[in-house]
Amino acid sequence: MTRQQFRLAEGGRIDRDRPLSFRFNGRAYQGYAGDTLASALLANGVHLVGRSFKYHRPRGIFSAGAEEPNAIIQLETGTRSQPDLRATQVELYEGLRAKSVNCWPSVRFDLAAINSRLAPLFPAGFYYKTFMWPGRAWHLYEAVIRRMAGLGVAPTGPDPDRYEKTHIHADVLVAGGGPAGLAAALAAARAGARVILADEQSAFGGQLLGNGESVDGKPGAEWAAAAAAELVDLPDATLLPRTTVIGYFDDNYLTLCERVTDHLGPAAPPELPRQRLWKVRARHVVLATGAHERPLVFQGNDRPGVMLASAAQSYVNRYAVRPGRRAVLCANNDSAYRAALDLQEAGVEIAAIADLRPAPDGAGVEAARAQGIEVLPGQAVVATQGGRHLTGVEIAPLSEDGNALAGPSSTEKCDLLCVSGAWNPAVHLFSQSRGKLRYDEGLACFVPGRSVQAERSAGACNGRFALADCLAEGHAAGTAAAAAAGHGDDSGPVPKAEAEPVGAIRAVPCVPSRSGRANKHFLDLQNDVTAADVALAAREGYRSVEHTKRYTTLGMGTDQGKTSNVTGLSVLAAALGRPVPEVGTTTFRPPYTPVTFGTIAGRDVGDLADPARMTPMHHWHVQVGAVFEDVGQWKRPYCYPRQGESKREAVDRECLAVRNAVGILDASTLGKIDIQGPDARKLLNMVYTNAWNKLEVGRCRYGLMLGEDGMIFDDGVTSRLAEDRYLMTTTTGNAARVLEWLEEWLQTEWPDWRVYCTSVTEQFATMTICGPKARDLLAELVDGLDLDPAAFPFMSWRAAAVAGVPARIFKISFTGENSYEINVPANYGMAVWSAIMNAGEKYGITPFGTEAMHVLRAEKGFIMVGQETDGTITPHDLGMDWAVSKTKDFLGKRSLARADTTRAGRKQLVGLLTEAADAVLPEGGQIVSELARKPPMDMIGHVTSSYYSAALGRSIALALIKGGRDRGGETVHVPLLDGSSIAATVTEPRFYDSEGERLRG
Amino acid sequence: MFLIQCPWCGPRDETEFGYGGEAHIARPAGPETLSDADWADYVFMRKNPKGVHLERWVHRHGCRRWFNMARDTYTHQVLGVYQMGEPPPGPEGGDG
Amino acid sequence: MYSLPSFATLGAMHKYSIFSLARNAMGYHEDWTEAWRSPAPQPSYDVVIVGGGGHGLATAYYLAKEHGVTKVAVLEKGWLGGGNTGRNTTIIRSNYLWDESAALYEKSLQLYEGLSRDLNYNIMLSQRGVLNLAHTEHDLKEMSRRVHAIRLNGIDSDILSPAQVKAAVPIIDISPDARYPVLGASLQKRGGVARHDAVAWGFARAADSRGVDIIQNCEVTGIRRQGGRVEGVDTTRGFIAAKKVGVVVAGHASVLADMAGLRLPIESHPLQALVSEPIKPVIHTVVMSNTVHVYVSQSDKGELVIGAGIDAYTSYAQRGSFHIIEGQMGALIELFPIFSRLRMLRQWGGIVDVCPDASPIISKTPVEGLYFNCGWGTGGFKATPGSGWVFAHTVANDAPHPIAAPFALDRFTTGALIDEHGAAAVAH
Repeated sequence: MTRQQFRLAEGGRIDRDRPLSFRFNGRAYQGYAGDTLASALLANGVHLVGRSFKYHRPRGIFSAGAEEPNAIIQLETGTRSQPDLRATQVELYEGLRAKSVNCWPSVRFDLAAINSRLAPLFPAGFYYKTFMWPGRAWHLYEAVIRRMAGLGVAPTGPDPDRYEKTHIHADVLVAGGGPAGLAAALAAARAGARVILADEQSAFGGQLLGNGESVDGKPGAEWAAAAAAELVDLPDATLLPRTTVIGYFDDNYLTLCERVTDHLGPAAPPELPRQRLWKVRARHVVLATGAHERPLVFQGNDRPGVMLASAAQSYVNRYAVRPGRRAVLCANNDSAYRAALDLQEAGVEIAAIADLRPAPDGAGVEAARAQGIEVLPGQAVVATQGGRHLTGVEIAPLSEDGNALAGPSSTEKCDLLCVSGAWNPAVHLFSQSRGKLRYDEGLACFVPGRSVQAERSAGACNGRFALADCLAEGHAAGTAAAAAAGHGDDSGPVPKAEAEPVGAIRAVPCVPSRSGRANKHFLDLQNDVTAADVALAAREGYRSVEHTKRYTTLGMGTDQGKTSNVTGLSVLAAALGRPVPEVGTTTFRPPYTPVTFGTIAGRDVGDLADPARMTPMHHWHVQVGAVFEDVGQWKRPYCYPRQGESKREAVDRECLAVRNAVGILDASTLGKIDIQGPDARKLLNMVYTNAWNKLEVGRCRYGLMLGEDGMIFDDGVTSRLAEDRYLMTTTTGNAARVLEWLEEWLQTEWPDWRVYCTSVTEQFATMTICGPKARDLLAELVDGLDLDPAAFPFMSWRAAAVAGVPARIFKISFTGENSYEINVPANYGMAVWSAIMNAGEKYGITPFGTEAMHVLRAEKGFIMVGQETDGTITPHDLGMDWAVSKTKDFLGKRSLARADTTRAGRKQLVGLLTEAADAVLPEGGQIVSELARKPPMDMIGHVTSSYYSAALGRSIALALIKGGRDRGGETVHVPLLDGSSIAATVTEPRFYDSEGERLRG
Repeated sequence: MFLIQCPWCGPRDETEFGYGGEAHIARPAGPETLSDADWADYVFMRKNPKGVHLERWVHRHGCRRWFNMARDTYTHQVLGVYQMGEPPPGPEGGDG
Repeated sequence: MYSLPSFATLGAMHKYSIFSLARNAMGYHEDWTEAWRSPAPQPSYDVVIVGGGGHGLATAYYLAKEHGVTKVAVLEKGWLGGGNTGRNTTIIRSNYLWDESAALYEKSLQLYEGLSRDLNYNIMLSQRGVLNLAHTEHDLKEMSRRVHAIRLNGIDSDILSPAQVKAAVPIIDISPDARYPVLGASLQKRGGVARHDAVAWGFARAADSRGVDIIQNCEVTGIRRQGGRVEGVDTTRGFIAAKKVGVVVAGHASVLADMAGLRLPIESHPLQALVSEPIKPVIHTVVMSNTVHVYVSQSDKGELVIGAGIDAYTSYAQRGSFHIIEGQMGALIELFPIFSRLRMLRQWGGIVDVCPDASPIISKTPVEGLYFNCGWGTGGFKATPGSGWVFAHTVANDAPHPIAAPFALDRFTTGALIDEHGAAAVAH
């Protein structure tokens, strides 16, 4: 274990009493509680942590936060492995194991670094220009390229962790807990608003945690802790540390990702979710998301040891780590000077500050000079030296226009180069809210312009970088937000900080090199996009910023361009000779930082992926070993195989039992809609194709429903329960859709009709007993109900007690046998089912599933919606003109009279009997009149239903064939996928009891 | 995730609602008297404007009531909610 | 092979190859010329194509290449390929149910297969296979119907067992106790993905080299007509006269139709998609499931490219609602349990123009000289070259190409819809 040779003896927000051991790339190190992986690595002198995506150039820790493009690591291994994390955001825990990604065999010696040597061949967009020879050979090249794909690796198995979601309302949501956010949250909460304050870090304070400034006379971090403590004590404030606001959607709906246990590692309590998605509907939003320091673009700016100045400052102040021994700073603004002073105080030797500005002044500059730091005005770092780590820099004066060097360069030895190209407000959430951005020439960055939603930006994210301004603006925003949400303005005093004027910056998009080229001037450190690449894109006409981005992959890495987008845009604007705002900016898309899929899915995985609907008799089916199928959300028994029986054998047995004795089907899943009111009949007349005027109480009728396009979308039997009351049944899958269909018409087209529709699907258990013994069986279970067909005819219903339970019995049949559909209150379903099974034993009662039902109805030629229909089939196509009224209007009727629905040659329902009786046609098999030797073949239709019929001892099929009703007796062929085919004869679509004697019982 | 003002239940999340397409398309009184083209216009053709859209929603997982909404399809701003049978608010008034 | 471009334009195009790349490397790539010109609009054209997406650019290219019509302008209100071309999940396939669709999409796939060479621009067509999963008995039947039909149309398609699915995609969960278990799949081996931006850029460069004027940042604000004939278009850069105007604007079709006094059977909806952070390749085909709404492939950069569902409401905002993404993720993790800890890097939305029958409109209109190509819904990218090819024919000859004929606007009057909802229950 190496000692922490770069750790300061004192200071910082780390706990020296809690040393933590961890491993990186196989080596053991030690850090402290309070460290990030990045700070702990730097404490141990480890800068080289990764390789760039394209050229595999060595990359060091560049930032101290969410904007990190370089330090991408794989955390842990196995099922809890997490790829592509930023070391700057991973909190250290005992036993942490991490490694670099995208390098082999190691980050120090990476074979793919050969790419860097070949870089001249690989400019932006090179792959569009080559790999086209020989024809269709791209997949060969692609196989090689895919080996280079990706950064980290996926976990090895299912995620052992749990994720949760919370829905919450807020008066004021404050995004970001730096000085502006804390001031806003305090102001709003003091005024009585219900406040949520979220910050991505473990502690509140933002930059105050790392820059050593003071608020209200206290050290910044101390003030932030006190502010957070006050908020905790306020009744209506919710503080969410380690929580990133990731998305800003319509109507002030925001998503937040809370990392609940990631910082605990294996010590995470199992009862806690790993991460939690907060879905917040806020009356008002205060964006206080801060800013990201902008890098400078110069030759060799990607070498490990080059770091953002504010990051270096954070490492010193917050983590008590010296990121180097001897540093050069290169800056175009004042903020780097404070970093230099803090670094110097921590014992880092400051070799020089190269300031692009010709005459820097101001408090910071004077303080630096007072400390003996050499300031080089009008100069910039123009090249770096070193291999896997920085060893020195070249500094040269810039010409007045910034486009050339104005003198010879000097070399300065150093192992740390801090860069500061001023600041980019983190306008991501503002942009997501659809607010319009405005380019600020003075700050050379985009700032929030016009707001679209109830939101305001405060502090650095609004382009106000001085601490005093951040505090004042935050306080004002919080006060205003609370007031807008209906609270008072008693928001307490404004937190105060020393007002330090911020000097002007000097924006130089691309620091020139001695060679004049810019092919080592990196903009996007992760994707290896250089200023030369952007210039090439501009030269080749990819001039829209979106084109440039897509052509060069600028800003498309895991950091989404947080450090590269604005610099890249400036380079593009310079290349095009146009002002930045004319070139535009790319869209900021959610999420602000990446969020795990698991968090987005929450608990909706595994058994909770989708609700499973079960009938009251479901557990009985499970117990007897039913095989289930999914029909919509319902679980339905497909068949009930006995020991050693195949599914096909079970279905055959079940079918024969129905034909020869009695079977029982759980039909509870059929949709049931109770329709009441004086205009109920009018409604039925409009939604069904047939007439309902003459249906008497106690009788049932089958109906077809069409869309206004004339195509069948559902069918079912509706029974008249009373003068003004009907019970409609629908197919299992369409129950909700049909109810909504009825309601839609009633409420939007016929609001004066007096009809109420109520879903009663789940209120009733439905069991169908059918077969030649069904009547005898039912007779044993009912009292005082005459089951004689004369008294209880087909297509009628009766109320009676079945096994002592009040029931409605519908004498309707989908199997072609005498059949009774018994509806009892759902809670009694299992009891009645058991009673029927007990009484039925001596009749050989056999439970049958959906497949037997399908076979039995196909034998009868009864259609199945979704099988004989597919949204393109009219009643006429199915030969069901008998169910279509010619006199009344109904939904879809007019469409049946259009040119295409009346033309000859439409597909029509027919039966098919294979020449070989045991050959079962494949459902979905396509039908041809004449076989060709090979495709293409002219298809005339397809097999819609096909089964082996045990009752008939042969296969049967239903089909839709062009002009099918005129093709009776014709031989057709169904080519199979293996190249063979089955011949069949076109018949009537009825195979069993075509006179319908049996179902009348 | 819109926040939709159900006229009966108040503001609720979009997930509780179903979308019902363009509003104020009355079913023609005598469909059989219409030409194929006029019938097609009723069944299929839609305004689909970029801008204010008068549309129908149903509070599917709530009161199950249908209602109308005026919404800008570009900004997603809801300009008003009104009941079935009512004319739309604002300058579009009288359109229905 | 394609016919030689005219002498005047031949020199303008800098031939792309490994040799030209190497030669330019010596000059630090400072000698490449622009891929396409940025001319000012001329006062009049033979044909104006409205919409500089893949379909519009392809139309212009084939007008020049196949029909010799070169006095053509493509007008794009923003940047080329900035609409659905640059926002889709890049899936290409031709496994459609109906004969009419199969002919159209297969033509397109065949054009794709030779496109990189035809355009001299690598569009990175990766025929890694497209798997469509079946999760229910009903799905199996639908799949069987589809595969049988596709085969008899002479297009490749196979049925895979769950074990074969597992072999093709080892990280997929095929356990029978999954909420919606994988019961099988169809596979189109020739299906795959291509680089979407490259399709637009490649067509733009090739069309430009044949003399087509590509004009960006030029929004059409009106369609001028006289006596039932189109005269030209008003734009943000002035009036541009045209003998013929072809409108290929995807989500904005209704807006343009309104300018010509036409109504379309189209609604514009948001369709969302997302990518993960890049990881080492774990999935080598395209996996689609209409039932649980999963569409996923992995790019050559390592990002998982995932299509989400369509939002119910109409919108031109290029953004949808977050709950669609939430539902999508649950389904995705069900199928691929190891994805749970991967992270969403970026989500976005496009505007899809949806027809009632989920099939496109490629059609003449009641206005003479005005043509519409729209209604591609969620699946337009795969059709890009084919769409341009048949539309170019339609525009050039003022008569539909036989492949395009069934997709005419009048099908909504006659009722001869081409209902591909089964194919496209949600997004592709």
